[in-house]
Amino acid sequence: MRVGHAGWAFAAPALLIITVFFFVPVLSALIVSLTDFDLYALADIRNLRFVGLDNYRQLLHAPQFWRAVANTGYFVAVGVPLSLAASLASALLVNSRLAYCSAFFRTALFAPVVTTLVAVAVVWRYLLHTRYGLINYALAHVGIHPIDWLGDPHWALPAIILLAVWKNFGYNMVIFMAALHSIPVDLYEAARLDGASRWQEFGRITLPMLRPTLLLVSILTVAGYFQLFAEPYVMTQGGPLQSTVSVLYFMYEEGFKWWNLGSASAVAFLLFLMILAVTALQVRLARDAQAR
Amino acid sequence: MGREGAVIAQLLPEFTKLHPDIEVRIQQLPWTAAHQKLLTAFAGEATPDLCQLGNTWIPEFVALKALEPLDQSLARSTAVQASDYFPGIWDTNIIGGTLYGVPWYIDTRLLFYRRDLLAQAGFAEPPRTWAEWSRMLAAIKALVGPERYGVLLPLNEFDTLLVLSIQQPEPLLRADGRYGNFRSAGFHRALGFYREIFQRQWAPPVDSTQISNVWNELGRGYFSFYISGPWNIGEFTRRLPPQQQDTWMTAPMPGPDGPGASIAGGASLVIFRRSRHKAEAWLLLEFLSSPQTQKRFYQLTGDLPPRRSTWRAPELAGNLYARAFREQLERVKPQPKVPEWERIVTDMRLMAERVVHGDLSVEEGARDLDREVDAVLQKRRWLLDRGLTP
Repeated sequence: MRVGHAGWAFAAPALLIITVFFFVPVLSALIVSLTDFDLYALADIRNLRFVGLDNYRQLLHAPQFWRAVANTGYFVAVGVPLSLAASLASALLVNSRLAYCSAFFRTALFAPVVTTLVAVAVVWRYLLHTRYGLINYALAHVGIHPIDWLGDPHWALPAIILLAVWKNFGYNMVIFMAALHSIPVDLYEAARLDGASRWQEFGRITLPMLRPTLLLVSILTVAGYFQLFAEPYVMTQGGPLQSTVSVLYFMYEEGFKWWNLGSASAVAFLLFLMILAVTALQVRLARDAQAR
Repeated sequence: MGREGAVIAQLLPEFTKLHPDIEVRIQQLPWTAAHQKLLTAFAGEATPDLCQLGNTWIPEFVALKALEPLDQSLARSTAVQASDYFPGIWDTNIIGGTLYGVPWYIDTRLLFYRRDLLAQAGFAEPPRTWAEWSRMLAAIKALVGPERYGVLLPLNEFDTLLVLSIQQPEPLLRADGRYGNFRSAGFHRALGFYREIFQRQWAPPVDSTQISNVWNELGRGYFSFYISGPWNIGEFTRRLPPQQQDTWMTAPMPGPDGPGASIAGGASLVIFRRSRHKAEAWLLLEFLSSPQTQKRFYQLTGDLPPRRSTWRAPELAGNLYARAFREQLERVKPQPKVPEWERIVTDMRLMAERVVHGDLSVEEGARDLDREVDAVLQKRRWLLDRGLTP
């Protein structure tokens, strides 16, 4: 009994902080999402109406919301595999015993993660410029006509994916490098004695040994990519033709541009449910794979 | 806010000389953050005494009951005379019959154009009607070829379509701002003309972010007409080389069948209801509104004054480029005064972008927009129907 008390006492500061900064805000957001809190309610709280699930119902019928969901889905579906592949490939390259100055490359590849997005966006806007940009200049050399990267609704999101992958892959690369270090070298030596090829080594040793890390990294990346916001905010403001509006960007506009805080809170909860569902699916798939 | 916030410090010493007992503290805000910060200040009960407010924001802050009515102060005042102000601008400060602000400077949209290119295409005078304008755009397009255009209308800005629709006889909202009125014949006409400009490739379908330097591009003749506001008089004067200075000019907006109206934009000076220094704030407002101060303000910023008497000053009357604005100011119309208006014009812009892109017809666009606007105004209807003033 006394031990129990002591335990609670030790946990109390953390619990208090979690309650004040997590449970209370989440609970109040849940309540706000059931009301039509807006500018008029800010003026006079008597103008607040309890609307039940109306916010959710309206969102599920709003084409603009589904547009945002589709954009975010596209971003996650293309961006996450690309990002993981880039991280793993660069981790393998930097980690290779043949690599020159791997410390330098490790730092260089990690640099985009720690640079400010706003500064990066300015540079990328120049790179992606239709008439004066370096990317179109390079493409012209292989005979591809200039692409209006940020002005064409088909190309704006791919451009954002490119930027996001470039900006973020260094972070996962570092995690992969740590995991690669922990794979015992004798496994590779044994494989080589048995005459395994490079690809067999990668498929039979590296990948299976990395599985827990892969799961962790992919869950973190999926959760992060679902919350796409800053890239479209600084690059395109959601345009052209709403093609780069993500769920979080949609929520920001509802809440802080139009002051429909009720509806914005409902968006936040729907996004939470989406991330929860996808993460649960990932864990489930990973567990099944392990069982086999 | 913005440049005005920086410049006002130079005007204040004179005010403190007149009223040594009043201490004025200035808080500058960047335009992009101003709206947010003022709302936050309202929620946190930290609003200023006197404030510059974009005149389209006034309905919103009136809905919040954040602004002090100014009718009584005005009735007692000799320095501020309502009749001296351009009526369209003055009207933007009146909500439900009550005055909540005094115009500080004005902002409207009209044509900036290349005189030489227009002359090459065979026209000596700028257009006065949509039909004349169309003929000029077609002639210029034929002259400059497929790589260049007649006019620049950035798709991420709603100003031009708003000007075209405000020129129509029908109001944009109906039944005291309860419903959208975009199904009107007038709005169909405006949207149809807007789409035609893009369809005939008189305008490039681009965002303003894709045009890195509008001044250079007008100078190069990438387009010959540009619809913009007073600040660009200064920019074009500064940024175009001296030998190109007599190639550009300003002209009032052409209308459906004769000189057309434009929007009554700009900023007003307002006093917050929570202020504990309302009398002093009004004195400062009077000082900033006097023709002498406004003339200096114009010299410092290039912002155009809202009073006719200030416009008689030689600095303004002598400015060739400002003349079109002087004429346009007699024909400016306020936008609908509902707090939801900013959202409504944003929805209008998004719809217009889809119409230009060919995803929607003019009829579908107008119908969809009306439906969205009716949904946005739902809470306003509820308040009005219960006898509450939103």
